[in-house]
Amino acid sequence: MFPMTETVWSALLVGVAFGYILENAGFGSPCKLTGQFTLRDWSVLKVMFTAIVVAAAGLQGLAALGVLDIDAVFVPTSLMVASAVGGVLVGAGFAIGGYCPGTSVVGVASGRLDALVFFVGLIVGTFAFAGLYGPTIEALMAMGEVESADTLHDAWGISPWWIIVAMGAALVGVYYLGRWFEARHGGPISADEAVCGQPSCTPTQATDTPPGARSAHG
Amino acid sequence: MQTTTSPKPFWNPWLAGVALGITLLATFILTGHGLGATGFTTRLSAWLGLQVAPEAIQANPYLGAMARPDILDGWITWQVLGVFAGALLGAFMAGRLRVQFDGAQRVGTGKRVATALIGGLLAGFGARVAAGCTSGLGLSGAATLSIAAFVFLGAFFVTGLIVSRWVKGV
Repeated sequence: MFPMTETVWSALLVGVAFGYILENAGFGSPCKLTGQFTLRDWSVLKVMFTAIVVAAAGLQGLAALGVLDIDAVFVPTSLMVASAVGGVLVGAGFAIGGYCPGTSVVGVASGRLDALVFFVGLIVGTFAFAGLYGPTIEALMAMGEVESADTLHDAWGISPWWIIVAMGAALVGVYYLGRWFEARHGGPISADEAVCGQPSCTPTQATDTPPGARSAHG
Repeated sequence: MQTTTSPKPFWNPWLAGVALGITLLATFILTGHGLGATGFTTRLSAWLGLQVAPEAIQANPYLGAMARPDILDGWITWQVLGVFAGALLGAFMAGRLRVQFDGAQRVGTGKRVATALIGGLLAGFGARVAAGCTSGLGLSGAATLSIAAFVFLGAFFVTGLIVSRWVKGV
């Protein structure tokens, strides 16, 4: 019966896979990452959303087969205010700095010194939080907790599969929206552009290049 | 470390997503929790603080509880070291390893230092407020269909869309 418990070897194994996949997806490049927010490159949503659907279906499937004890799997506490405020700050940091915490490690590993500066910023931000931490922040973070449940399916009293199916349907939407925006804004950022630098990360105006043609030589 | 050949293209994002999903599922099976990043930066901050001002860190209500004398004592430390090694391997094998200050040519070196530092600071602070980052709370939490994860991701994407209209960081 799973899950197993933490070991150094499992940490290295999944860590190496995580880093290898993120780098190959282009997520060491701040240009490519922020392309999600300028709507030029939809890779972040495609990769993240697909991974969420695959892992969620896997977790529920293994639980249904009796292989995995789903109650032993960690679920974050549903603190609405802390999650929303944190999301706003991490989103702003991503848009301004070009990375999120995990992808900054990938950026450093692919030779990007700006990612190292971002990583130093993470440490400074952690110290700033620790310095301000006290009853006030604690009380703010505890606000807006959904007392009844930590998961969407428990809160709504439905099967988790409905949510997984809905996310699968949303992925189809991401495919069509992404294709439309990428074609308008000069396409997903290729490895050549990401590695060798280019004049601008921001969307270029609609070109005559048909959708897909850019990635063909990317 | 300058690459002479043209870098190999990135993976198809859908296939990368499936590979990431399988890795995330494997992490849940092997440990009972998902992938992360800021668990490490928090421990690293506490550890660095211990080297410089041990009394102040131990007295701190937040970092004091996390301060360990050995930074290598912790699953998340090894996972992040793995991320670094895996990304280095990926970049090296694909000819995408290039030492550069990405964004400096586009926005200027001084501004790029500032945006990278301020962005990191905001993300580091925000990840402590939410008790997780894009990986630990957004990705891993959403796989468990956690309410907090979807609230985080919604706020993350909406803010990113708005802020990137105002600030050209890279």
